Amino acid sequence: MASLDRVKVLVLGDSGVGKSSLVHLLCQNQVLGNPSWTVGCSVDVRVHDYKEGTPEEKTYYIELWDVGGSVGSASSVKSTRAVFYNSVNGIILVHDLTNKKSSQNLYRWSLEALNRDLVPSGVLVTNGDYDREQFADNQIPLLVIGTKLDQIHETKRHEVLTRTAFLAEDFNAEEINLVIEKRYFLREGNQIPGFPDRKRFGGGTLKSLHYD
Amino acid sequence: MSFLIDSSIMITSQILFFGFGWLFFMRQLFKDYEVRQYVVQVIFSVTFAFSCTMFELIIFEILKVLNSSSRYFHWKMNLCVILLILVFMVPFYIGYFIVSNIRLLHKQRLLFSCLLWLTFMYFFWKLGDPFPILSPKHGILSIEQLISRVGVIGVTLMALLSGFGAVNCPYTYMSYFLRNVTDADILALERRLLQTMDMIISKKKRMAMTRRTMFQKGEVHNKPSGFWGMIKSVTTSAPGSENLTLIQQEVDALEELSRQLFLETADLYATKATINIVFDRVGKTDPVTRGIEITVNYLGIQFDVKFWSQHISFILVGIIIVTSIRGLLITLTKFFYAISSSKSSNVIVLLLAQIMGMYFVSSVLLIRMSMPLEYRTIITEVLGELQFNFYHRWFDVIFLVSALSSILFLYLAHKQAPEKHMAP
Repeated sequence: MASLDRVKVLVLGDSGVGKSSLVHLLCQNQVLGNPSWTVGCSVDVRVHDYKEGTPEEKTYYIELWDVGGSVGSASSVKSTRAVFYNSVNGIILVHDLTNKKSSQNLYRWSLEALNRDLVPSGVLVTNGDYDREQFADNQIPLLVIGTKLDQIHETKRHEVLTRTAFLAEDFNAEEINLVIEKRYFLREGNQIPGFPDRKRFGGGTLKSLHYD
Repeated sequence: MSFLIDSSIMITSQILFFGFGWLFFMRQLFKDYEVRQYVVQVIFSVTFAFSCTMFELIIFEILKVLNSSSRYFHWKMNLCVILLILVFMVPFYIGYFIVSNIRLLHKQRLLFSCLLWLTFMYFFWKLGDPFPILSPKHGILSIEQLISRVGVIGVTLMALLSGFGAVNCPYTYMSYFLRNVTDADILALERRLLQTMDMIISKKKRMAMTRRTMFQKGEVHNKPSGFWGMIKSVTTSAPGSENLTLIQQEVDALEELSRQLFLETADLYATKATINIVFDRVGKTDPVTRGIEITVNYLGIQFDVKFWSQHISFILVGIIIVTSIRGLLITLTKFFYAISSSKSSNVIVLLLAQIMGMYFVSSVLLIRMSMPLEYRTIITEVLGELQFNFYHRWFDVIFLVSALSSILFLYLAHKQAPEKHMAP
């Protein structure tokens, strides 16, 4: 078991967008019944068969590091968070489709995670004006996930989805919009056989983060 | 005619304060959240504007700007409006937003928020009974009744905060200097944190692999839930799921440890930052002192005593007002960041507006003590026959109580964890 290779993926985003629910869904194939605030970082592991069915099939452990907090935290909290950003293989940026600020904050989140070597004090260099050049030489694959699609009224969905499509393009990332259903009041057996059943947006299958 | 001019000056200044409160709300408090209910922003800015206008009226009183009758009129009007806001509007909206957050009561929001407001009014009224605040010859809804109660709450709040601040400030500075955090300490803690995370990961890997083999073999892991579930799990349980429960418990303990380590590291970083700030700040003067220096240099030196006394009292009161407003805004911002989330942000901002309003009203009550006799008359006139001495004594009592209890609290907290910070 120790011989399986290690893949570390960060899950970043504002408080309350659904990162912990998403990680729980990916790793336990169940909906998280009682989400609570994440203090520090919570990790979960998903076993993934890379290139399943082919002769080069290999099993990986994907570690999903769910870092809690907000972009506006004190610099001491940011410096503490920076210790989790070491040797990252991929980043998942999560935002709430019902909250525009959470999408705008994704720029600051990605800068915080990617620039950790250059600006340890957490001071933003570009001050909100986004510069696509900063991500041009970025080798780490990014995935943008939008949650709570079911809480948006049918008529407004198209407008919200076009806005988020631009967001994903800016990052040069792949995009998926999700419904992570909350079954607080029903208490059914929440076994979901496979992750693809939970997708709603026509973004194709979930891109597995892997090396070429 | 002069009344119109005075009123227009007052209204302009009120609009300016309103704009400042609006900007502060947008840029500072709510900069990470989305403003969906503009009502909250309006209420906050209005409370801020009328609170600042009260201080402005005090300053005008000292400087003898504006006609004295128009000053008196504006005092009365300002007081009425602010009491209306603090007693009627803000509590109602706080109740409304609290009820909106609870899903079950969503349908009858208005009804339940009215109920909450009535409960608040009942306790608010009961508050006045045990205190010897005013003579019983006034009516029920007079200004004196309302302001006496608001004054009690506000003065208690101010005394509590001052008492705690008076004790906490030297304690934190002392501990920062005594601890002397080095980079090596921080690195060691970070290494421990990462090690804990690695341990959590290896255990979770085992759990994931075990679950996968169980799934492939066709077994199903039933988490023991509920009373019967626990009894069933004692008698019949697959060996795989037993292992899982054991490892899960270990993982829970490790996760708790990782959270504590994270908080400690953040604390150390904060200490280090404060030490840097305190040691680097050499020779910086604040704007008020610099302004005084400039005026003393530019103006002449021949002043008579009367002129001086007026200006010194003005400066003193002005400094008190400006620093207390600034201090309050900074504290509010810090407090808001610490405890708010996207759901409760509306309620918390309204609570802060309520506290701010009550704080400012009671500041006016207490500031009367620092003012020379000739300027006290306007406050005494407007606020009626309140027993001001009671408020001053009450403030002292609560200040002492708060300071003593903070000393006790900090002593206990310090005793609980003295080794954590000293160990390498």
